[in-house]
Amino acid sequence: MNIDSLTPLFASAVAAAIPLLLAALGELVTERSGVLNLGVEGMMLMGGVTAFIVVASGGGLVLATLAACCAGMVAALMFAFVTLTLQASQVAAGLALAILGSGVSAFLGRGYVGNPAKVSFSELPIPLLSKLPIVGPALFSMNALGYLAVILTAATTWFLYRTKSGLILRSVGESPVVAQSLGLQVIRIRYLATLFGGLMAGLAGCYYAVAQFKMWQEGLTSGNGWIALALVVFASWRPVRLMLGALLFGGVTAFGLYLQAVGVQVSAFALASLPYIATVVVLAVISRDQRALRRNAPTSLGQSFFGM
Amino acid sequence: MKLFKKLLAVAAVAALSGSLAADAADPVKMAWVYLGPVGDGGWTYAHDLGRKAAEAKMGAKISTTIVENVPESADAERVIRDLATKGNKIIFTTSFGYMDSTLKVAKSFPKVNFYHATGFKDAANVAIYNSRMYEPAYLAGVIAGHVSKKGVLGFVASFPIPEVVRNINAYTMGARSVNPKITTKVVWISSWFDPSKERQAAEALIGQGADVLLQNTDSSAVLQTAQDKGVLAFGWDSDMTQYAPKAHLASCIEVWGPYYTSVAEAAVSGKPMTKAVWGGIKDGMNDLVSVSSLVPPAAAKMAAAKKADIASGKFNVFAGPIKGQDGKDKVPAGKTLTDKEIDGINWYVEGVEGAVPGAK
Repeated sequence: MNIDSLTPLFASAVAAAIPLLLAALGELVTERSGVLNLGVEGMMLMGGVTAFIVVASGGGLVLATLAACCAGMVAALMFAFVTLTLQASQVAAGLALAILGSGVSAFLGRGYVGNPAKVSFSELPIPLLSKLPIVGPALFSMNALGYLAVILTAATTWFLYRTKSGLILRSVGESPVVAQSLGLQVIRIRYLATLFGGLMAGLAGCYYAVAQFKMWQEGLTSGNGWIALALVVFASWRPVRLMLGALLFGGVTAFGLYLQAVGVQVSAFALASLPYIATVVVLAVISRDQRALRRNAPTSLGQSFFGM
Repeated sequence: MKLFKKLLAVAAVAALSGSLAADAADPVKMAWVYLGPVGDGGWTYAHDLGRKAAEAKMGAKISTTIVENVPESADAERVIRDLATKGNKIIFTTSFGYMDSTLKVAKSFPKVNFYHATGFKDAANVAIYNSRMYEPAYLAGVIAGHVSKKGVLGFVASFPIPEVVRNINAYTMGARSVNPKITTKVVWISSWFDPSKERQAAEALIGQGADVLLQNTDSSAVLQTAQDKGVLAFGWDSDMTQYAPKAHLASCIEVWGPYYTSVAEAAVSGKPMTKAVWGGIKDGMNDLVSVSSLVPPAAAKMAAAKKADIASGKFNVFAGPIKGQDGKDKVPAGKTLTDKEIDGINWYVEGVEGAVPGAK
């Protein structure tokens, strides 16, 4: 096993981590405002199918990306209306959104199955840096959405912890009652946070359809929306930890497959269970420190709030 | 009273003729249970093409129902039972993992005929049908043997069942019939349809030097990954040329239309069900199609010749001598594996690296 053979492994892990990071980042902001939107998978699929249809109809990549973001936001808006305005249960509405998104995207995408994307995001290697061993091809030869994911992680961290708006968002998630008594428009802020979640999920779907897989198939995201949801908990609602979590999850499957290709004699069944084992381990580790977990989790997460 | 009797007779006749007319016009209800979405572009797509072919041929004599995305779990039994309850007379369950569910439901519905794809257990009202995909896989191997520069092939595999193991063997044997030094690396992903994992598995294989890939999974992800990374690959289950024209060598396809049509015809004319159909290139149930211009003429010619030999019965993929991984004869010269033996293969031929997961 030479060191060079780690290069494709790392690249594979990063490529799988980017859409997880994008979707989880959106969900993180949504949850920080106290809204639990379980419909990430559905919003991702809506974004994915929209991006693919735009590209298939002759649209460019920028248009496809914007359309995917809009599609994710429309899906999020439905969720927000039902839960924030009509005060329905967030868990039930989120699950419904996940199912709705899968169904609607399958329906819309019917005519587009069996064709590759006409245009797709290509890798943009950064001179010199992309030639670095191991990390070069993975981190400095990503496509535009990959770089965008990294920038957005930094921007979200800055927004949440260094701006007044970020503080307001977090306070709404902690205690909507107090926030409202201070004159903040809780429902409006939650709407915006939910819409941001939809936008990011749409972006993640766009990544699958026109950057990574370059095709449309029903259920294209193969359950990664749910992993993105779990990631937010793993990261204990911190954007930078989200990056590590996404890499871990993107990498754990890639690592199992890599071991097989290298010829290490390990059971394929054991390897298939690696992501789940990793889930249990990570959960066990983070729940050891209950206080830290409680400190970071938005207190009002998932609870309806009857704003005036 | 007399009038009443007359009226009753008229009513009875009317009712009887009514029901007779309905019998003649009632189409035979047929249902398909699919593992993936019909839009997977591979396995389920091929089955649905077959269903549509049967529908086009039979017209109003049959009516068809499909259920997509049925997991190979307790859900399968629920779906199959539901279809039987709704009056379907013929039910096709199109994935290996539906085997036990199909048999279980079949017991409670003796008047419904069940057809299970790729399994090995049958019953009075359960027939099995399968396609000898190892034949086109062998032909793909012949092409791979010609075009592989590094002498390393890659195979993205789903579950370690005989159906998949023998396809890996056939692919490797085809390649070694051209270049005896070739080896095949195998990666198991424990899934039939997971574009994300299929892509990562392909990346892992390419990273380890494999330059011609084949897959026994249901999406086009492996082929597209090959194109992205500048290596070559094949389509599987359906013709996948358009997904990656710069990497696509040929496609190993399933052709279910004629089989589904024959089952429908038999059902409409009231004939008993046919048991255990296991067709190959000879029967038109599968094929190697769309051989691309990336394949050198010599390779295309050799593959075509082998195909003709398979079709005429002159050549059998599992005819000896076949060496096992230890280099010793697994099938001696002059002997050919029986269908039963082929259906139980859980060992690799010489040239495949690693071990079959779970095999002793």
